[in-house]
Amino acid sequence: MDMSKDLVAASATPLVLAILAEGDSYGYAIIKRVAELSGGHLQWTDGMLYPVLHRLERQGHVAAKWSASENGRRRKYYRITREGRAQLAAQRQQWKTVDGTLRGIWMQACTV
Amino acid sequence: MTTIADRPLEEQIAQWRTYLRRRQAVHGPDVEELEGHLRDQLAALTEAGLAADEAFLIAVKRMGSLDALSREFARAHSERLWKQLVVAPDADAPSKTSRTELLVVLSLAVAAGLAVKLPALFGLPLSPNQEVPPFYFRNASLFVFPLLTIYFLWKRESGVASGLWLALPFAAGAVFANVYPLRTGGDTERLTALHLPIALWLLAVGAAYVGGRWFASVRRMDFVRFSGELAIYYVLIALGGGVVTGFTFMMFSAIDMNPAWFVGGWLIPCGAAGAVIIGSWLVEAKQSVIENMAPVLTRLFTPLFTILLLAFLATMVWTGNPINVKREVLIGFDLLLAVVVGLVLYAASARDPHAPPDFFDGLQLLLVVSALVVDVVALAAIAGRISEFGFTPNRVAALGENLILLVNLAWTAWLYFHFMRHRGSFADLERWQIAYLPVYAVWAALVVVVFPPLFGYR
Repeated sequence: MDMSKDLVAASATPLVLAILAEGDSYGYAIIKRVAELSGGHLQWTDGMLYPVLHRLERQGHVAAKWSASENGRRRKYYRITREGRAQLAAQRQQWKTVDGTLRGIWMQACTV
Repeated sequence: MTTIADRPLEEQIAQWRTYLRRRQAVHGPDVEELEGHLRDQLAALTEAGLAADEAFLIAVKRMGSLDALSREFARAHSERLWKQLVVAPDADAPSKTSRTELLVVLSLAVAAGLAVKLPALFGLPLSPNQEVPPFYFRNASLFVFPLLTIYFLWKRESGVASGLWLALPFAAGAVFANVYPLRTGGDTERLTALHLPIALWLLAVGAAYVGGRWFASVRRMDFVRFSGELAIYYVLIALGGGVVTGFTFMMFSAIDMNPAWFVGGWLIPCGAAGAVIIGSWLVEAKQSVIENMAPVLTRLFTPLFTILLLAFLATMVWTGNPINVKREVLIGFDLLLAVVVGLVLYAASARDPHAPPDFFDGLQLLLVVSALVVDVVALAAIAGRISEFGFTPNRVAALGENLILLVNLAWTAWLYFHFMRHRGSFADLERWQIAYLPVYAVWAALVVVVFPPLFGYR
């Protein structure tokens, strides 16, 4: 299934925030988690995640910290902040509304 | 950890990192972060059974195109592109830290300023109340260029040996400018003052800039770009200096002091010398900002000069007025040709050599051809003057320069014509311009070395 670019872009922020809400993580692990959660349907160009993360960092939704990884290189870990959780809740509400609306009209189409 | 079998992969990663680093919007830590991602991906792929090079291809592909990536980074960090305009320390400057460089540059700039004042200790003062001693004109290039050469030797980490080699042209220049008994105010003195800087710029500063790789045409083109960008920076700095000068006069006059001795004796000469070093450093540090400037100016002035030349030719044909040859006219037409060569050179330096010919190329060809026609007319007038009144150093120098530029432009026009008809590539034209650079250096050196004795030092 080919997802439209706009939809992928729009879902990136809530998805990243939701994954970070599960626990601190870093870029590569986030990508892997997205693939896992979507069953491979949601494919990002890997590099594109980082501008998203950096934008969230600037907006204060996530905080970042460099620390050592298991392979000895430095790695940048991201953590969701309180503002981030609030943002996630707001986004969740919005997506629910969209989802509910679409669901309503599709259910009708089925029953008619 | 790196085994021999891993080495090609490490090289590939290093290359990828270099490409990424060149993007202005992607900073050092971002590169590290992305590289970490690439390595994680590589580890996962090789674990899944892929060979190292296959894994690398896939990992890079998944990372996305560098263009799109840096565009996204630029959008997420729009301030970064602006920061490039200010001299911000580059996080991953290879071996020298920018602080050391700043220190070296400032010391050299101060040294250049002081060098200008050095002759004052030997009874040759620079002061607004008396005429500038001719010593300064003859030796103008010897105050600053050696220091600029030192800067590039340091920057390129050239050895002491190449430094000693490059001291030779300066020593020779000093000897020819001062040992020859040039008559004060004479033609040969003026010619030396004009040509010694050209010779030293191309032979010594250029050699130091390219780090000894004078024969690599890419480096030579870089030097051409550097020269143009330095000129632009220098003009900008000079404008700022003019504002400072104006305020100095205004403010000290307000408290009934006359700052002329300071402005004329220190501020302007020392500032003019130091600005060459500072300007070069700015070009080195911020190449990309002005890189876009030279092509823009070229695009702006190519049409204007074409119109000027065509209007001149049309007027001359219409009125039948011959060129009235005076000394200024000789130099004026040389300068005109130099400007046209400069326009061609900078257009070439900014152009993608693989792009097909377009409208602008046609315009350039028209510019070159009309400059050629104008020059042939001027040349005929100069030759007539020489046959009538005999040889003087000025006329011979002007004639020589004219011929050199004429040969350059004629061959340029030919190559352009070929290129426009899809028979040759633009790279030929670029190569020709680059290959021609030593001719200017040799001619300038000839004028300094041979002309004075040839014309009896008059």
